[in-house]
Amino acid sequence: MSEALLKTALSGASSDGFVRVEELGPQGMITLRGDFDSAGFAAAVKKAVGLALPKQRKISTGKGGSVAWMSPDELLVLVDYDQVGATVAKLNAALEGEHALVADVSDARAFFRLSGADGAVRDVMAKLAPVDFSPAAFGKGDIRRSRLAQVAGAFWTPEEGVMQVICFRSVAQYTFDLLSVSAETGGEVGHFG
Amino acid sequence: MSTRLSTGGRLLNKDKQVRFAFNGKQFHGFEGDTLASALLANDQMLVGRSFKYHRPRGIVASGAEEPNALVGLGLGAKFEPNQRATTTELFDGLNCSSQNHWPSLEFDIGAVNNKLARFFPAGFYYKTFMAPRAAWKHVFEPIVRQSAGLGRVPKDRDADRYEHFYAFFDVAVIGGGVAGLQAALAAAEAGAKVLLMEQTAHWGGRAPVDGGTVEGEKVDDFIDATVAKLQAMENVTLRTRMMGAGVYDHGYLTGYERLTDHTPDQDGPRHRLWRIRASQIVTATGAIERPLSFAGNDIPGVMLAGAMRDYIVNYGVSSGDRVVVVTNNDDAYRTAFTLKRHGLEVPVILDARPEGGGKLAELAREQGFRVENGKAISKVKGGKRVTGVAICTQAGEGAVLEEITCDAVAMSGGWSPVVHLWSHCGGKLTWDEAQAHFRPDPNRPPLGAEGQGFVKVAGAANGEFDLGAILKDATEAGLSAVTAAGLKPKSKAEAPAGETLAEANPAAVWLMPQGAGPALRMKAFLDYQNDVKVSDVMLAAQEGYESVEHTKRYTTLGMATDQGKLSNINGLATLAHSLNVDIPQVGTTTFRPPYTPISMGAIAGEARAETFQPLRRTPMHDWHEEQNAFFEPVGHWRRPYCYPRQGESHAEAVSREINQTRAALGLLDASTLGKIIVKGPDAGRFLDMMYTNMMSTLKPGKCRYGLMCNENGFLIDDGVVARIDEDTFLCHTTTGGADRIHGHMEEWLQTEWWDWKVYTANVTEQYAQIAVVGPKAREVLEKLGGMEVSKDGLKFMEWADGELAGIPVRAYRISFSGELSYEIAVPASLGRALWDKLLEAGAEFNVMPYGTEALHVMRAEKGFIMIGDETDGTVIPQDLGLNWAISKKKEDFLGKRAQLRSHMADPNRWKLVGLETLDGAVLPDGAYVPASGNNANGQRNTQGRVTSTYHSPTLGKGIAMALVHNGPDRMGEVLEIPGTDGTIYKARICDPVFYDKDGEKQNV
Repeated sequence: MSEALLKTALSGASSDGFVRVEELGPQGMITLRGDFDSAGFAAAVKKAVGLALPKQRKISTGKGGSVAWMSPDELLVLVDYDQVGATVAKLNAALEGEHALVADVSDARAFFRLSGADGAVRDVMAKLAPVDFSPAAFGKGDIRRSRLAQVAGAFWTPEEGVMQVICFRSVAQYTFDLLSVSAETGGEVGHFG
Repeated sequence: MSTRLSTGGRLLNKDKQVRFAFNGKQFHGFEGDTLASALLANDQMLVGRSFKYHRPRGIVASGAEEPNALVGLGLGAKFEPNQRATTTELFDGLNCSSQNHWPSLEFDIGAVNNKLARFFPAGFYYKTFMAPRAAWKHVFEPIVRQSAGLGRVPKDRDADRYEHFYAFFDVAVIGGGVAGLQAALAAAEAGAKVLLMEQTAHWGGRAPVDGGTVEGEKVDDFIDATVAKLQAMENVTLRTRMMGAGVYDHGYLTGYERLTDHTPDQDGPRHRLWRIRASQIVTATGAIERPLSFAGNDIPGVMLAGAMRDYIVNYGVSSGDRVVVVTNNDDAYRTAFTLKRHGLEVPVILDARPEGGGKLAELAREQGFRVENGKAISKVKGGKRVTGVAICTQAGEGAVLEEITCDAVAMSGGWSPVVHLWSHCGGKLTWDEAQAHFRPDPNRPPLGAEGQGFVKVAGAANGEFDLGAILKDATEAGLSAVTAAGLKPKSKAEAPAGETLAEANPAAVWLMPQGAGPALRMKAFLDYQNDVKVSDVMLAAQEGYESVEHTKRYTTLGMATDQGKLSNINGLATLAHSLNVDIPQVGTTTFRPPYTPISMGAIAGEARAETFQPLRRTPMHDWHEEQNAFFEPVGHWRRPYCYPRQGESHAEAVSREINQTRAALGLLDASTLGKIIVKGPDAGRFLDMMYTNMMSTLKPGKCRYGLMCNENGFLIDDGVVARIDEDTFLCHTTTGGADRIHGHMEEWLQTEWWDWKVYTANVTEQYAQIAVVGPKAREVLEKLGGMEVSKDGLKFMEWADGELAGIPVRAYRISFSGELSYEIAVPASLGRALWDKLLEAGAEFNVMPYGTEALHVMRAEKGFIMIGDETDGTVIPQDLGLNWAISKKKEDFLGKRAQLRSHMADPNRWKLVGLETLDGAVLPDGAYVPASGNNANGQRNTQGRVTSTYHSPTLGKGIAMALVHNGPDRMGEVLEIPGTDGTIYKARICDPVFYDKDGEKQNV
């Protein structure tokens, strides 16, 4: 019924500079808060998503989706958009008796993908986020919850030459403009090769 | 005459001629020139007028320290004032003009100030403009504003783009001279991740000009080889045209990279501001030559000796055919050699030291130079150019022994290490008596968070001037930086052996001749850009200024765009001398970033035009734009204020929207309202603390309006709370309150009630929210179908999950307008779809969207308060007659105790009432209600103020809310309220609920 009516923030906008920027989505996202030290919490995540709890500033990915570390008591669960309802239900069921919060935030966010030469993608990100993007400091499996210029953002690199970026939906246009202007030809930094 | 030589010019590409314009005159230069070298090559000695006396000024330096040669560069949207000609690389088509002159550079009316100079001593602003008081505003300030400042402010929007770049290193080295290169190499070979930045376009610093050998080879070869080595290393980042701008706490360092200043037609950002984190910073920033203070030391043609050498060697430009060299140190002899080598004449070398110089001086005598020990310049002759010098003894008062004709003077007052970056974050200095300069005190570096030093210094910046000592010092600095960064050095570099001729110590010469009388001192300039002379600093001392910081502000010494790079040491030495104390006792002024001015664009980075500020948009924003909605900013959101139709004023649009909503059906995009999930076994207990009223008793499926106060009792937010299940609440906040209230909740949870089992999540943006409002609201929802919305199926102040037209929704039956109203929350991705369906289904009811102004008017008609209108951070719920929403049963809530304080419980606090004007006019917003008499400050007493005021289309008259002294007890009383235009409005105090007092409309 409603799939045809779904509208991401920018309807899949894209731009091509020395790095390609495109809006993806819709992407299923679930905020999960709880006590990481509780065995029941970890077991529930394992049961619902099939993944162990990620370490600080890490994202783990499996067949069913990804789980990202957001804060000492918050995770972000990434699943297919149409799996959100089922996953929320599974989590709630598995967390029965645990003090935890499960919230669907899929629509609260915009989701971008940067692609190009690995160094170029890192250069674009380093213009906006106060994060060490050198491959040694930030590789596959790392995630940062930081900022992009003036707005909050989270990002990780699922493979070489690709960066995935999440921001709040209301500032999707601003974030897209930021990423696009930073990827504009002529602005190559050449710092990361 | 300054001119282009047939020899020299190692940085030029003489095959490529470049055209440029200065004050409309067309000139030629070569690729590789700076604007300064190209101007000199064209005999343009006169480049500007000084700030105060409008004296003719020429180029005095060759680098970042240049005080005089400032130009307005570029045209229109590319125009930028105060650009230093010495650091501007020449490019084809460059267009620039000199500054601070009128009507022309050659003939300047302001130069009359020069003749009146004795009336413009230090502090003349303070002395002259004291009285009469009115004269400051009407006479002095306009004149000062006209004549103040150097460059013109750009008129057009900057055509270029800029960006920031964040980068992280173990060791960041500032300065690409031999010291910086060697320090970087030592650190890199030891395994550190290294950044080396150089502010010019070339590596090697002064070494290729000053000469010397490394391991028996020319120093140039060492530079090339070291750069090649560094380029080949993966752990090294090399950047030219990047200046170390500022050193800050925690190893934060800014690098100002000028990408296209030399190629302005190239695509891409003009400047990039590097925002660097480095475990350790090495400043290898070299040294700056000091002028000597003698009369006429500012006449065009008087130049720093090192700069004169630079122009010959680097750019093949001579500053004069016959050059008198005057010095207090050995280095200036190198300039004499360079001049002679290129066929120019040096009639005399005046060495102020009675005993003369060392090996370099010996060499000069061997080569046949006339060297005069203990001699000085009494004064320079000439106006817009040097014509000669009068010679005297340094020890005397300036009696002229001999006059020598010359067209340039090369002066050297010794070299001062560039300690700026060392000092930015608190690095201390020590006075080196032998070298007569301040250099970094290695025992007192800038300290990091753990109390450890995080800046090291290398080479000339550390007071080392011998090539061998520089290389040794730099190697040590590079290696120790690696260790200090917490790394284990992989290898330990050995310093290569460098050799230059040994130099004798300089003499401290702060005034030339040392006994110069007032007439000479008045023409002996310390600060060229701000026209501060030796006599000004002496006057300041005489008038009681003992602190160098005070003297600086009184005389404006070092306060110009060059921040005293040339004048600092000479100025404070003069002050010390006048106060008869030692130089270290006077100390230095504070060095602050940036090292030289950086562009505003670089500071702003990408924050311009579309990306100036994040603008928040709801899922329906595009639709609002298509309807030509008039937007108002609410936080970073843009919300439709109203939707004016063709030919309609905003007021007309607002009235139409209200009338339609009250008569049939209106829609409001309420997506911006804050939505916070609060969940956990202690959620009810927590919300009882957060809100003034009781939330824990709310039943699942129900809604309750709540007030939130801070711990001081003041109202900070309000909104409807819905209980989702036993453990879960959804709290609505105001639009502006979403992030703030979420933070407020988290703060209390994390700091005070950390053991309570509560989690919160801000889900504001997960949902689009649409208020469906008006008598036809139910009908339109029933048309969409899918869930129970009947009077009893979904009662007032209840919520339910369901579907509308196949779209999953949560419907809250709440009303902020007084009408039958449902707020429908829907996943944001489906917000636009539901909005479209409501418009379609509502067409038969003539559905209209309404904006924030209609929302405001309708809530005011109902007497509902608005956070930010009725509240301003000083208002408590009791002021607003909201006592019903303050629980008396609860033991505690945030604000409870504060509201018991005497001033909060004072019956004299102004209280909320309604106001209706007698003639139907609309009261001015924010108007005060005067009372009789004046207060202690002679101001009219007041008894109240208007908090909200509108024209109510429903009632056909002006309505308002106001806080009035004893208001609720004064119903029916008529108040007189003055407007700002002299009108006196008469308004009657009434109940703030103007419309549907019994709430029948919303409860159908």
